[in-house]
Amino acid sequence: MSASITNPHSIAALSGSPVQPLIGRSSRGRLVLRRFLRHRLSLIGLMCVMLLYALAFLGPLLTPWGYAEQDPTAYLAPPSAQHWFGTTQIGEDVFAQTLRGLQKSLTIGLLVGVISTGIAAVVGTAAGYFGGWVDRILMWVVDLLLVIPSFLIIAILSPAFRGTTWLILVVLLAAFSWMITARIVRGLTLSLREREFVLAARFMGVPPWRIIARHIVPNMASLLIIDATITVGTAILTETGLSFFGFGVQPPDVSLGTLIASGTNSALTFPWLFLFSGGLLALTVLSVNFVGDGLRDALDPTSTRGSRRRVR
Amino acid sequence: MTEPVLAVTDLTVSFPTDHGLLTAVRGLNYQVSAGEVLGIVGESGSGKSVSSMAVMGLLPPQATITGSIRFQGRELLGRSDVELSQIRGRRISMIFQDPLSALTPVYTVGDQVAEALLVHGTLSRQAAGARAVELLNVVGIPDAARRAQAFPHEFSGGMRQRVVIAMAIANDPDLIIADEPTTALDVTVQAQVLQVLATAREITGAGIVLITHDLGVVAGFADRVQVMYAGRTVETGGVDDIFYHPRMPYTRGLLASIPRVDTAQRRTLVPIGGQPPSLVGLGPGCPFAPRCPLVIDQCRSTEPDLAPVSGTHQCACHRAAVEAAPPLVSGVASYNSVSHSRVLLRVEHLVRHYPVRKGTILRRQVGTVRAVDDISFELREQETLGLVGESGCGKTSTLMEILNLTAPAQGRIEVLGTDVSALDRRRRMQLRRDLQVVFQDPIASLDPRLPVFDLLAEPLRAHGVPGAEIRRRVPELLKLVGLSPEHASRYPAEFSGGQRQRIGIGRALALEPKLLVLDEPVSALDVSIQAGVLNLLDELRVRLGLALLFVAHDLAVVRHIADRVAVMYLGKIVEIGPVDAVYTAPQHPYTQALISAIPIPDPAKESARERILLTGDLPSPADVPSGCRFRTRCFRYAALPPGLRSRCEQEEPARQQRGEPEHESACHYAAAHAVL
Repeated sequence: MSASITNPHSIAALSGSPVQPLIGRSSRGRLVLRRFLRHRLSLIGLMCVMLLYALAFLGPLLTPWGYAEQDPTAYLAPPSAQHWFGTTQIGEDVFAQTLRGLQKSLTIGLLVGVISTGIAAVVGTAAGYFGGWVDRILMWVVDLLLVIPSFLIIAILSPAFRGTTWLILVVLLAAFSWMITARIVRGLTLSLREREFVLAARFMGVPPWRIIARHIVPNMASLLIIDATITVGTAILTETGLSFFGFGVQPPDVSLGTLIASGTNSALTFPWLFLFSGGLLALTVLSVNFVGDGLRDALDPTSTRGSRRRVR
Repeated sequence: MTEPVLAVTDLTVSFPTDHGLLTAVRGLNYQVSAGEVLGIVGESGSGKSVSSMAVMGLLPPQATITGSIRFQGRELLGRSDVELSQIRGRRISMIFQDPLSALTPVYTVGDQVAEALLVHGTLSRQAAGARAVELLNVVGIPDAARRAQAFPHEFSGGMRQRVVIAMAIANDPDLIIADEPTTALDVTVQAQVLQVLATAREITGAGIVLITHDLGVVAGFADRVQVMYAGRTVETGGVDDIFYHPRMPYTRGLLASIPRVDTAQRRTLVPIGGQPPSLVGLGPGCPFAPRCPLVIDQCRSTEPDLAPVSGTHQCACHRAAVEAAPPLVSGVASYNSVSHSRVLLRVEHLVRHYPVRKGTILRRQVGTVRAVDDISFELREQETLGLVGESGCGKTSTLMEILNLTAPAQGRIEVLGTDVSALDRRRRMQLRRDLQVVFQDPIASLDPRLPVFDLLAEPLRAHGVPGAEIRRRVPELLKLVGLSPEHASRYPAEFSGGQRQRIGIGRALALEPKLLVLDEPVSALDVSIQAGVLNLLDELRVRLGLALLFVAHDLAVVRHIADRVAVMYLGKIVEIGPVDAVYTAPQHPYTQALISAIPIPDPAKESARERILLTGDLPSPADVPSGCRFRTRCFRYAALPPGLRSRCEQEEPARQQRGEPEHESACHYAAAHAVL
């Protein structure tokens, strides 16, 4: 079959518009940034994440109620002018609680997503690229972590950290969620390593870590980005499970996860207990997904979205 | 003239794409009579494959097909798939480019040929099996009865293509469509397969449509030629008309842009400028006009129709009457005679063996692949050495050994006078500056995620060149390889194959190396583009004083660019010497066969010349014959009296100087024999 059919991009190149001269300073970073900024949905997503943060930290100033405070005059009250999101069984203000939960969960989700995907990328590419002993040792660690029930380890370790900072939870959650991705990354690296452009870089004298950072990781960016966005959602929910068993975030402190967990039962009868926290979780994951999509399209030159040719 | 077997009239094929309607074939006409070979020539994207798929009714359903395709007087267009199946495979058969994917891996070869018979015929299963063996015999598969039980993966590429041909002729078709049947094969195998195809024509008396980009193949095989460009026929006629009196500037350009193995004088090739047009939203006027040296205003406004030139020779060009040859031959480059200058690369007794291991728990070695087996050569300053051989002969392994800059398992590699086994990290890094590489596949060798600026800056950054210097150097490099500095912010996917290869060359030159290693740099490119890249390499090596180690399987390209040539066979250099000496008086029988197998784009020469057909395929490098490793395919060995043969069987011939100085060959019974 002729090349012009299978490769629409060469067609685009031939019928393409003239390029604005950007000699010299148009390295990848700038190009990716430009393409990202052109992606409307991803900008909306990014704005949403920032708004959520603003809401989480500035919102409590808008309400007189604290997250642990109880209102003896209103038990299980539906949303009203007094309690915007209603109250719980013991008269806590759901608005104050949701925002308090959002503060934690946003940070937990985003940090775990970035950290676990980061570890997966580093370990997977190192194992795949260097091979030999490095590969064997790293994969041994991965297999070990996979067979150890992570939940149990976190449960055992948690009391030791009780009373220090809940950020330690982020580290623990991240430490146990990267292994499967690392294995996939290793597989992809094994095939990318044989590609001619990696060989070419090697023969140019580019050091191994630079090859990994500049050639191998960008070429599996879609996988990593998708993985990171999924991990954001799962981390927020995994934290719930831990909190439910008494580890992680402890009452009276709350997180989105604990709120969702306790509100699910009454989702149909007293929907305000569940809907607001659940909705914010969905919004968080959705915005992160949009940002991820934009980033992926910006990094992938063959993607037609975000390319300059679509701009009118 | 009798009624044609196939008559294609005003065929148009278009596909919907994201960018608009892509018209791949625009009003194509042709006819094929029984027993006639029509060669359809064109570059990729010219619509030659699409038109033949339309004849077979194999286009995807979203394709819009109009016009008429009449086969033996019956209209094929508009028939249902079921009806077409009655004709396909029985009356019309097709030979595909890739013989590996044309065969089902899970059935034996004999079954697959028998299947072709059973689907259409009334033969019993047993009779079909017997006929399958017969057919395999016809296409020259040795020991056919036994080999029919084998699976496709047990066959080599050439043998598989023979099986595909056997399937194609199984039902005695009236028309065979061969779509690039030899493109995936080595030259010596290509010669064999073309021979089989000729036999097939004699047996079946079928008309053959031979689709190819190789003008040489057409010259020797076809009766009539049709040149396609941008979905239309631009010139058609008998082979002699097309090759000796081409009228269309595109045809002339094609003929001028291919390096020829039979021209001793090194002439500068004349590339066709520009790129093939996009078939989406093609404007009025001749699609070739933007690339045409003879263009006039009329060409830009109206598209010319096919008009007779003389006899059956037709041409679609407003300027067909212009007889004067356009400036086709522009200059003669000279060979470098640099026998006394410094040696940049010295390879001595290099050996690269790969162990073959078996078993999962106890991995024991069961054999050795002798990829490179004791080779020696040297490359001097500003010299170009061509390394040629068929696939699997160890060319690329040799390159990788050199490029790794680490101590080889056996032997010595010396780069710029330094033994690579004595290198430490820092020295190796410094040495990389002077030794750069250009790969075969311009798509695979450029990181798709890096813009051109970063691609070209990469080697500079790796060697610690400051940023300001890089920003100055990159536009300079782009200009050096014939691209514009504005291209720096584009991604490789936005470039065509030839342009990408230029980027690859620019990247290799960024550090101003003294020695450039090229691994088949033009074999993935269309002929008209290939010439431009070859000219660029030729120009650069003179301007920058580069030494090139040029690996290729195309002997014509090597003759064009190299000063000296080394021929490899199964991990050994069998002949090495100055280009002219090796091509005009080859001494080793393998070199002679190799040169004689290359088709020459000149019908008269092609039919008059002697052709040495090698028997069989390249033996596996894991199981090298004793003594001289070429003897299993050697015609000279076969002609020897038995008493003299034992020497070939027992003693491995050493390389010896014969004939001209520096011309060495490794054969006990070497004798110069001109084959061109």
